[in-house]
Amino acid sequence: MSEVQVLEQTNTRTVTIKAWRFNAETDYLPYTKGYTMEVGKDELILDLMNRIKWEHDGSFSYRRSCRHGICGACAIKVNGKAVLACKQNAIELLDMFDDDITLEPSSKKRAIKDMIIDKTDFWEKHSAVKPYVVSEVETHPQAESKQSIAEFNNFLDSDLCIQCGACHYSCPALEVNDAFLGPAALNSAYRFTVDTRDEAGDERLAITAQGGSGVWDCVKCFECAEACPKDINPIEKIGKLHNLQFVRGVAESNVATRHAEGFLRGIKKTGYLDEADIVTYSEGYLGMYKHLGTAVRMLKAGKIHWHSGVPFINSIPKIKNLDEVQKLIEISQTNKL
Amino acid sequence: MSEQLHYALFTGCTAKQSTPELLSSTLAVADKLGIKITILEEASCCGASHLQDFDEFLAHVLNARNICYAEKLGLTMITICNTCQLNSSLTKQALDKDPALKARVNEKLGEVGLEYKGTSQIKHFLYTIIDDYGLDKVKDKVTMPLSHLNIAPFYGCHNIRPAELHEKNNNRENPYNPNSLDRLISALEGHPVHYESKNKCCGFHVELQANHTSEVLAGNALLDAIDNNADIMVTPCPLCHLKMDTYQGSISKVMGREVELPVLHMPQMVALALGCTEKEIGLKFHVQKAKHLYTSA
Repeated sequence: MSEVQVLEQTNTRTVTIKAWRFNAETDYLPYTKGYTMEVGKDELILDLMNRIKWEHDGSFSYRRSCRHGICGACAIKVNGKAVLACKQNAIELLDMFDDDITLEPSSKKRAIKDMIIDKTDFWEKHSAVKPYVVSEVETHPQAESKQSIAEFNNFLDSDLCIQCGACHYSCPALEVNDAFLGPAALNSAYRFTVDTRDEAGDERLAITAQGGSGVWDCVKCFECAEACPKDINPIEKIGKLHNLQFVRGVAESNVATRHAEGFLRGIKKTGYLDEADIVTYSEGYLGMYKHLGTAVRMLKAGKIHWHSGVPFINSIPKIKNLDEVQKLIEISQTNKL
Repeated sequence: MSEQLHYALFTGCTAKQSTPELLSSTLAVADKLGIKITILEEASCCGASHLQDFDEFLAHVLNARNICYAEKLGLTMITICNTCQLNSSLTKQALDKDPALKARVNEKLGEVGLEYKGTSQIKHFLYTIIDDYGLDKVKDKVTMPLSHLNIAPFYGCHNIRPAELHEKNNNRENPYNPNSLDRLISALEGHPVHYESKNKCCGFHVELQANHTSEVLAGNALLDAIDNNADIMVTPCPLCHLKMDTYQGSISKVMGREVELPVLHMPQMVALALGCTEKEIGLKFHVQKAKHLYTSA
């Protein structure tokens, strides 16, 4: 056996690629079908989809366009992992999932045909955050709007978004809360809010601060950071939007903002978060009634106890060198509610 | 005889408050395995990603201070909470990558006589047991095999995502197909339950401001485990534990189905198999009762 033959043998493998099949017009239920093929070491998931369509079943449907990771059309999921089909090496995924992979649409509940989904909700949320520079510019300006490299770099990575929807359809908060704007729209909101040419920052911060739909409904799972094929890290931008509310002094006092700021109350007193105080402070005394049942259950299980031995006094121990923490808060705190 | 493993333990807030069983079982397991633990009694709250939302710089300063104390001891800092692991690691990554930020943070730390250097690793106790101590050695110490239990591993987001942040300290755990907890369960002779939700979010962080989201996420995961015949669930994160254990009553109402499943901390499960005492394991502190586990072995 020649060296070339050996190399070819080790670099291809025969596998059955499964695909999730569904036609919303004709099918009552989706089904999964397997397609056996040789997969080469340099092949992409898009190559496998092409081969399913060209060599096995011409009715297999998916979106594709640029083949260069820039149009965002071919975003799908493989075993629950969001991928850009034209960027994702197939063998790498086969290794990751022990040769057992299923091609799925980004969102099964939005499937129209096979991998093709209805992205209406994605585009609605995208446009809701004013994803463009809002600025009064003279009809015949005499000079450019200059921006320093640092100012530009501030939003550069968030500008790389190709609207593929990988993060949006990987977001569990969005799965259970239709109102949530989702990581892609929030990334766009950040991108334009910190653009020095833009004048709609406060408006965008108000849109993205709404309870039920905005940044405070993010569950902090980091699925979006993992899903993004352009390494944008949308949750980092969501974090920055949180901070901007306080930096620009537009944060309203509500359960979510008090919850963020209220951590300091306990930390100043003992070094630890005060679990009981954070709920009381965030909810307000009137809002506490919702938590009485939980409090009673926790009390019964011995989850609420007092280090002093006296109920309601010194429920929390103090860290050593607490004065250091108090001093650091005093000299390092940059934001306030 | 190899050198004894020795770590600086960052307990986090919950282990000092609502989940004392997490701390006692961690110390009991370390003792059984012969791992030396020095508790960082100076360490303050990691901010839990909420203080970060309010004031990111301040959160970096406080987390850097915690790490300083592990550095002073020349030890790896270990965590017993995924969110502590995440936030400590985020600070470490930010400071190690950005000398200007590190200088700004050190300017503040200098005021209390500390300096962040970046010399200590940060690792969750789960990976300490598996990667540093070794599962084969754990197997040898099992006195109460968990062979009667189907155990649903619940990984918790902040130990596995973002993968790039954790890869040096979690042996490159695949966030889409994690297996460390599964392997630990098998080493204790339990039966790992295979279910889709094992790497999903429990909803803890929006418990107050987006309660419905929180309850449904926790409910989905608990019911997925129950529907796949889990007898118990186990998690390395006390925040996942609090959400999944304390709220099963209200979750049942939201989901329209009875949700009853004991949820154990990872060290409690190990402690059970290693024959630690009832007091050390501390199942009495659970809302969803799990005390029957002591006797059925």
